[in-house]
Amino acid sequence: MDEALLRRLTPEVIGVLVRRGADFAAGEDAVQDALVEALRVWPDDPPRDPKGWLVTVAWRRFLDATRSETARRRREDVLEAEPAPGPAASADDTLQLYFLCAHPALTPSSAVALTLRAVGGLTTRQIAEAYLVPEATMAQRISRAKRTVSGVRLDQPGDVATVLRVLYLVFNEGYSGDVDLAAEAVRLTRQLATVIDHPEVSGLLALMLLHSARRPSRTAPDGSLVPLAEQDRSRWDTRLIAEGVEVLQAALARDRLGEFQAQAAIAALHADAPTAEETDWVQIVEWYDELLRLSDNPVVRLNRTVAVGQADGPRAGLAALAEVDPALPRHTAAAAYLHEQDGDPVTAARLYAEAARKASSAAERDHLTRQAARLNARER
Amino acid sequence: MKYLLLKHYRGAPKGVNDHPMDTWSPQEVSDHIQYMDDFAKRLATTGEYVDGQALSPEGAFVRYDGEGRPPVTDGPFPETKDLIAGWMVIDVDSWERAVELAGELSAAPGKDGKPIHEWLEVRPFLTEPPTITE
Repeated sequence: MDEALLRRLTPEVIGVLVRRGADFAAGEDAVQDALVEALRVWPDDPPRDPKGWLVTVAWRRFLDATRSETARRRREDVLEAEPAPGPAASADDTLQLYFLCAHPALTPSSAVALTLRAVGGLTTRQIAEAYLVPEATMAQRISRAKRTVSGVRLDQPGDVATVLRVLYLVFNEGYSGDVDLAAEAVRLTRQLATVIDHPEVSGLLALMLLHSARRPSRTAPDGSLVPLAEQDRSRWDTRLIAEGVEVLQAALARDRLGEFQAQAAIAALHADAPTAEETDWVQIVEWYDELLRLSDNPVVRLNRTVAVGQADGPRAGLAALAEVDPALPRHTAAAAYLHEQDGDPVTAARLYAEAARKASSAAERDHLTRQAARLNARER
Repeated sequence: MKYLLLKHYRGAPKGVNDHPMDTWSPQEVSDHIQYMDDFAKRLATTGEYVDGQALSPEGAFVRYDGEGRPPVTDGPFPETKDLIAGWMVIDVDSWERAVELAGELSAAPGKDGKPIHEWLEVRPFLTEPPTITE
């Protein structure tokens, strides 16, 4: 069965229900019920008109829920009659859903969950599995998120930057489960690009495509991390790179630079290098400088030091590193790398071991431990 | 019956083949990690694996400091503190089986490819009271 179709239709169907007069929270619940029902029924009995099927089932669920709610409150049942179909849902409805689900009043984890469910058409169970939490926890997170945005009117313009931050999180913090969250983030960003014309949406899409292109070579068969310089570049997806570069160039041509475009430009320069040695580090440093002008972000400062180390030598990199807050995650790892480049394997090994203790992921910890082990083995 | 297998960064008695991981060869590090992964996967196929997580050695002690005051934190941990590295929860039929599995996990290869003989802490979960008590 076509799960992709189901996911694409979800925001449209929510739009139809809201236009018929359902409030967002109840309408979204009804669509989620319809979605779960579709996953159960469609494999054996595919509908002729999938969207019509979803709207009918979701609307029925909505009426049932509203009726029992109304009965409970001993109020008149005013929703008996079938409604007028209402105007068809439009691209604007989908855009409004993106804004609502990424509303600044929501915590990042709530915004991510709500976006994946209402815009992404994932079930609560799929989202829970992807983020390794019990389904009941995720259900609660989503219903709290919906209460938080219950007073927000759906016709007000939102801030596209908040939406982009949520999609970036989905892409960057992919865990496990049967849903590929990074691929899902790409799909949602592509869809966003069809309903709003904004160079930073293109910038984020390009960034995602360029990093997706490298994904197959980022991990070895045993699950260990492969650093950029050691990746098998013949395994990079040239189709994704070409698309990412094209999307980025069109965005840059509009002369409204933003952080995602600048990050994508750095990714594009890496993608463009046939070997690690041929990387245009000078231009990469220039893009880091551009990024710092856009927002003085300490993580950007840290990443810049590694690029400076490549462009102007490890001493220059270490000098730049001295200006960066040592409490930053990965500061020690960057220092280890630069000291190794500078021909000081003893200091580098000690720092790699220290960086391993500070690592925030098991894969990163194991990688840094291997780096320390590699240098120590050479010294013996 | 559920048991918690606890692995320590420090605080457990010293294992037999006990050397810091960064003094192993990179391949020995990989082999060790592979052994742990394979062990968890195998327990999943026998229906005995429940959960497992690795912990960062970073962190702090935290306690309540009275109404209207922020919690007090005490960290980083002193070198003398017992430090848990990770856990695995298993659901097995007996204490003997739990011990057998902990023994296998402790045989993970380390320096020179030899088992590390690390001490693991095995702790039974407190259960729900039984329905029939007499």
